[in-house]
Amino acid sequence: MILYRRPWVAALAVTLLLLLANLAVQPSLFKPAIMLSNLSSWLPLILVAMGQTYVVLSGDIDLSIGAIISLVNVSVVSLIGAFGGGDGALLLAIVCGFAIGIGAGAINGVFVAALRLQPIVTTFGTGILFAGLALAIMPDAGGTVPDRVFETYAGPLLGVPVILWILSLAVLFVIALGRTRFGLRALAVGGDAQAAFQTGLPVTRVRILNYGLAGGFAALAALCLIGETATGDPLLGGSYTLSSISALVLGGTALSGGTGGAIGSLFGAMSLGIINNVIFFARLPFELQSLIQGIIVLAALAVGTLVARR
Amino acid sequence: MIGLTASLPTAPRFPWARHPISIAFLLSILLLGVGETLSPGFAAPGQILSLLTVAAFLGLVAAGQTLVILGGREGIDLSVGGTVSLGALIAGNLMQGSDAMLLPALLGVILVCGIIGAINGLGVTLVRLPPLVMTLGMYGVIQGLLVLLTRGRPSGKAAPLLLDLITAPVFAGIPGLLPVWALIAALLTLILTRTSLGYAIYALGSNELAARFAGVPTVALRIGLYAGSGILGGITGFLLLGYTGTVFVGVGDQYVLPSIIAVVIGGTSLAGGAGSYLGTVAGAILLTILQSLLTTLAIDPAGRQMIFGATLLVLMLLYGRRQALRG
Repeated sequence: MILYRRPWVAALAVTLLLLLANLAVQPSLFKPAIMLSNLSSWLPLILVAMGQTYVVLSGDIDLSIGAIISLVNVSVVSLIGAFGGGDGALLLAIVCGFAIGIGAGAINGVFVAALRLQPIVTTFGTGILFAGLALAIMPDAGGTVPDRVFETYAGPLLGVPVILWILSLAVLFVIALGRTRFGLRALAVGGDAQAAFQTGLPVTRVRILNYGLAGGFAALAALCLIGETATGDPLLGGSYTLSSISALVLGGTALSGGTGGAIGSLFGAMSLGIINNVIFFARLPFELQSLIQGIIVLAALAVGTLVARR
Repeated sequence: MIGLTASLPTAPRFPWARHPISIAFLLSILLLGVGETLSPGFAAPGQILSLLTVAAFLGLVAAGQTLVILGGREGIDLSVGGTVSLGALIAGNLMQGSDAMLLPALLGVILVCGIIGAINGLGVTLVRLPPLVMTLGMYGVIQGLLVLLTRGRPSGKAAPLLLDLITAPVFAGIPGLLPVWALIAALLTLILTRTSLGYAIYALGSNELAARFAGVPTVALRIGLYAGSGILGGITGFLLLGYTGTVFVGVGDQYVLPSIIAVVIGGTSLAGGAGSYLGTVAGAILLTILQSLLTTLAIDPAGRQMIFGATLLVLMLLYGRRQALRG
């Protein structure tokens, strides 16, 4: 029962076990500076995976989410330049970034839910479209942002690192959303769309909103990546699409929809990062690293799926 | 009786014109025409043959994809990118440019990639993992295997005989790869439409429980479908080696999502149980012509991608819509 109401408990347990393994090969793991640098490299995937979770919960999938990251990344970097780089310009560019991300997500939602197109193929198509748009905005990686962007991102705010603020706010948002009618509706639509429709739930609207939500999270991830890399890259997001799916499966969300949650995906994404660490610090022969990583991830995916099913 | 017939919807005048296979083939011809108008020579016979050669590789990967998708239960194989690369690598290293090793290399590829596919099938059936998860994880494992085998530096060379077979014309300028593809396509279509194995696959995809009660060994069949996808991926890699001559790591990555798109454009339902390999052939040809046309028209990469993405969406709108919930 505890597991049923809190699908993330199993994912948390796996994360803690992996953390122990990580500590064994990297004794300095829990030093604040090390933890913070780990967290800042995991944060983008954590956010993308959380966003993807909502789409998957309502029974869909978003293969364009990596392209949305690229699109928001190059748009915001270009806009900061175009607006002049002042504080107001930064804020405006960030707002535009969110608008672009949410808008792109909503476009996916309209195609998939309102026009009833197959989600895998459709979001693959919109993904190519968004990636092309990103290339049109910025053909090559480059562009710079004012120094204070990454100084602020890496620094503290009111004594707490900005990275931790972002993560905490995202988690609070997810928890708050889970307690609203909207959170329940997403689960209902994913569990049985026909039943949800016949109960009178606005199935189409819920699915579009979930796609928009995923786009919003992807935008936040793109902003974090700007904070970290301080530059624009039209090919930045590509690898996040499949990783986000791995992360949410590790976190106990069922790909068929209806069970799971974004908190589990948080731990799933962390697990992927920790597995990377373990492989790196275990001093395995170079040629074996990627095979062992593949096998561990496959095994972890299997465990995640079995836990989600129960 | 009269009331019943009266309530039947009127049959469309040209039912074939709404069929995805016809749409895909008609669009292919239309695109060839557009290409010829905008860039004379685009639809020249030699050019069409080289387009078909490129399409053959996608079509062969998509053949395996068709099998697992037809088998239902959200069937999909993301590991094909891995099996294609692995097939090319194994073939190149077993051959090392020697004709005598051609057949042993082919058998080696079929064995290894077949085992990998069968492991996918075991994960999907016995552990009951969603195919997307199982094959995504397997893709990662194969990528690790590729690093281990190549140690970062790919090696291996195609046998001259294989190069000849793939690229040299057998008759009327047709390269040997096309008859090979046609043979595999004919065989697959024959199996799917004329044998009890084919019926069993469609039965498995449309209603697994009913298929089991009808005596179909559902678990073994599904494992066989994934093994088949692995083998077809490996064979594609083997043939790709004959096309490129040397081994590139990651040569298969470009086929993962397009192979799924080719299947869907060809009218095979991702829900399983309905579709055909002929449709996938049409889908692979259409995708290849579209990409080639966009390259030929000297549109910058950004515009090319946007047009390609938009075309996919239009294609889906043409015939990919699902039933409304109020249905």
